[in-house]
Amino acid sequence: MEAGTQAAPGGGRSLDRSPLARLPDRVVRIGLTAISAAILLLLAYFFVKLALEARPVFEKFGVLNFVFENNWDVSKGIYGALPLLVGTLITSALALTIGVPVAVAVALFLTELCPRRARGSLTVLVDMLAAVPSVVYGLWAFYFLIPKLKPVEQWFADTFHFVPFVATENVAGPNYFIAGLILAIMILPIVSAISREVLSTVPADQKEASLALGATRWEMIRTSMLPYARRGIVGGSMLGLGRAIGETIAVTIVIGDNPILGHSIFDQGYTLAAVIANEFSEAASDPLHKAALIGAGLVLFVLTLLVNSIARLLVIRSERQGSKPIAVGH
Amino acid sequence: MESAPLAPRSALPPVSPRRRRTDRAVRALLWLATGLALVPLVLIIFYILKKGIGALSVEFFTTDPTGNFLGAKGGVKSAILGTIEIVGFATLVAVPLGVGVALYLTEYGAGRLAQAVRFFVDVMTGVPSIVFGLFVYLTLVLAGTGGSSFAGWKGSAALALLMLPVVTRSAEVVLKLVPDSLREAALALGAPRWKVIVRVVLPSAASGIVTGALLAVARAAGETAPLLFTATIVKATTLDLNQPMNSLPAQIFQDLKQPDDELVQRAWGAAITLVAMILIVTLIAKSIQRRSRAMGVR
Amino acid sequence: MHPNGEAPPMTDLNDPDTGAGTTGSAADAARPAASRPEPSPDGASVGARPAGELHSIRLEQLSAFYGDHQAVKGVSMTFEAGEVTAIIGPSGCGKSTMVRCINRMHEEIPGARFEGRVLLDEVDLHAPEVDVVAVRRVVGMVFQKPNPFPTMSVYDNVAAGLRFIGAGRGELDDRVREALVGASLWDEVKERLGKPGAGLSGGQQQRLCIARALAVDPEVLLMDEPCSALDPVATLRIEELIAELKQRVTIAIVTHNMQQAARVADTTAFMLSGELIEVAATDKIFTNPGDERTEQYVSGKFG
Repeated sequence: MEAGTQAAPGGGRSLDRSPLARLPDRVVRIGLTAISAAILLLLAYFFVKLALEARPVFEKFGVLNFVFENNWDVSKGIYGALPLLVGTLITSALALTIGVPVAVAVALFLTELCPRRARGSLTVLVDMLAAVPSVVYGLWAFYFLIPKLKPVEQWFADTFHFVPFVATENVAGPNYFIAGLILAIMILPIVSAISREVLSTVPADQKEASLALGATRWEMIRTSMLPYARRGIVGGSMLGLGRAIGETIAVTIVIGDNPILGHSIFDQGYTLAAVIANEFSEAASDPLHKAALIGAGLVLFVLTLLVNSIARLLVIRSERQGSKPIAVGH
Repeated sequence: MESAPLAPRSALPPVSPRRRRTDRAVRALLWLATGLALVPLVLIIFYILKKGIGALSVEFFTTDPTGNFLGAKGGVKSAILGTIEIVGFATLVAVPLGVGVALYLTEYGAGRLAQAVRFFVDVMTGVPSIVFGLFVYLTLVLAGTGGSSFAGWKGSAALALLMLPVVTRSAEVVLKLVPDSLREAALALGAPRWKVIVRVVLPSAASGIVTGALLAVARAAGETAPLLFTATIVKATTLDLNQPMNSLPAQIFQDLKQPDDELVQRAWGAAITLVAMILIVTLIAKSIQRRSRAMGVR
Repeated sequence: MHPNGEAPPMTDLNDPDTGAGTTGSAADAARPAASRPEPSPDGASVGARPAGELHSIRLEQLSAFYGDHQAVKGVSMTFEAGEVTAIIGPSGCGKSTMVRCINRMHEEIPGARFEGRVLLDEVDLHAPEVDVVAVRRVVGMVFQKPNPFPTMSVYDNVAAGLRFIGAGRGELDDRVREALVGASLWDEVKERLGKPGAGLSGGQQQRLCIARALAVDPEVLLMDEPCSALDPVATLRIEELIAELKQRVTIAIVTHNMQQAARVADTTAFMLSGELIEVAATDKIFTNPGDERTEQYVSGKFG
């Protein structure tokens, strides 16, 4: 197919491409635009569909009651999702508290301290944490971690009983803490990878400025790297948060699946994602129960959308910061 | 001004020991954190190997789970094949669509629609897999689309939704790296835009796109939750994607709940298999990435 | 006349005519101080150096490598106390690398290595018992592209080095002000100390970086093409500043601009392909250089 010339009726030459020649371009353009617009429509459809299917339970209890009432009792047909919501938030908070500092420390290690020869292999190893499927994490935690950590948790609960949310008579095997811990391990690779990227974009002249002033390595990191990378690291942590909020199978195995709001992080609990996975088969015949689970799914969806939108904004803003020009003048 | 002999100094001003101590302490903490991060990886690999290596045998890979309470328990062939089929089909759908959206964003997208698409695709990367599973359940399983309730391809649909934003995002990054000068040169030669895309842009970005796709595959292969609602779990191997289909994560999950040592061991063997499969895909992806970086293409 | 290994013709420090007299004490802690505030934990004291307590840097057979590539080949020379020494030469001749060996920034580059000695008076800066952090405090550096800390205010930028050495809060205000005065920037920023350092113009940012370096009271200041990113007006201001600063710090300035070297430097060293070709009083280098290559470079035949 030539992008060729055509003989116009008057005998002169026209350089217009024939409409036929332009067709593939148009098809491609329209096709790609359509696919992309379809994605947006699909997301909107998600939301609508979930909301519609959850309507029965919202009609019975009201949206606010459903979300904030502390009573999830399947046998009585009462569905207040607060223990689930709180469970989600507690486990995610634990995951962040444990996971983010370690992830950032690992990122700092790999960018600044690691001997160059080992850097590649250690990076691959850390990233490999992401290769373990969630079901394996959950089961390993259930069979290995829980029995091993129980005495430690009991000791901790007894020693630090004055700290709020710690004291408990009997440390449950599966509990919020173990769920939070395993989530921390699961989000570590992604938070660390993003932190690594952000830290490696710190301009060399910033680091040199600190070092030339007589800073120790840590002082240089503290002055030149962390403030610069802060926004990106927070963004990465929020992405990790999003992952923690939505993780289902590992959590349902290790949290105890008990829809009671526990008083201690060492009590059993439940999360939005876990309840859906766990109760779905039994809800097949109970329309209200099913609607309640879908409602939980809707709450989960909205929560992750929120968290991830904020995360994206932060990461974008920190990327832009890197290319900000310096004022020129005299 | 008075002159006097220059007195040479004999030492530099001392550095406060506190600073040195802090620096050393932080360094030690960073080393410790890295060790700590790797401990779970080592523990898990050791654990699944210890618990499951006994299950690995020829039968393990070549026979289906029998579901018998007594007698032969069978292997996990249907689960392995099921995972390959379901994830494979999901890839076939998600990668072209994902690359298509990425192409739209880089080649044609400057307006409001493109901004919205980009933002929401990014946000989509955070949606939990179970929500996708739920959605597919409501729209495809309940409706009995395709004449079946649970079916392998519906599981693929859920996984494809999960993979799509990942593929799009990584493809977009790589496509953006193709220098504009390359595109302009091709256009200046009179090539129509679609040809520029197919002949110039895509080949340049190919290795990066493949890497992104493989990483999406690794992510999808490990998912359990969405499959529970869509492909569910069966025993027999089936090549019919329109039937309920087994998968490794589902099989592992089910077997480990049984009070039967042999099944438990088989579950750990399946875990080894799944982890190995994901690891291989991940390592291939990383080595492609590293090789293309070494050649100067990102 | 080849300078390698030979003492270049320099003014005699003890000559009263040069005005570079000295006081007796060398150790900071024992510095006679009429109204000097308490020394901070790192043993430094405040402000302007008493006229004359100045220090020299001597390089002995300094060689620097990036992996296998040798960028500096056996350079020996002295940066005389209280003087401005310029290092000129074509791009890639190793002048920046050589200067970075003095404050041990060269070793920050992976695979970089060096041989030879760098002495601050009689102290070998690379001796194993010497802490690199101490070296960099005493030998300050100003970079080619102004690099103030973008997330910090003007005040915090200047105070950064002081905070490293643990200067007390009471001292900070005084020392920041003195440093800004010394960098000829005080009047322009005194009303906006809390504003971000990155909001200043290029020339102001560079003077901010000079103030930051001066705040920790260095004895030597290395300047690596400090004006190459600035316009002529800003350049002139900094050159005037250099003339003032040499009364309290020994200055080494790398420059690709020969006119600048002629304007600010007492002594000039010419480097080519990693070797020190010639070092002499600036006048001599530019009017009557000893080596033919120097003559070709300064008359613009190459470079």
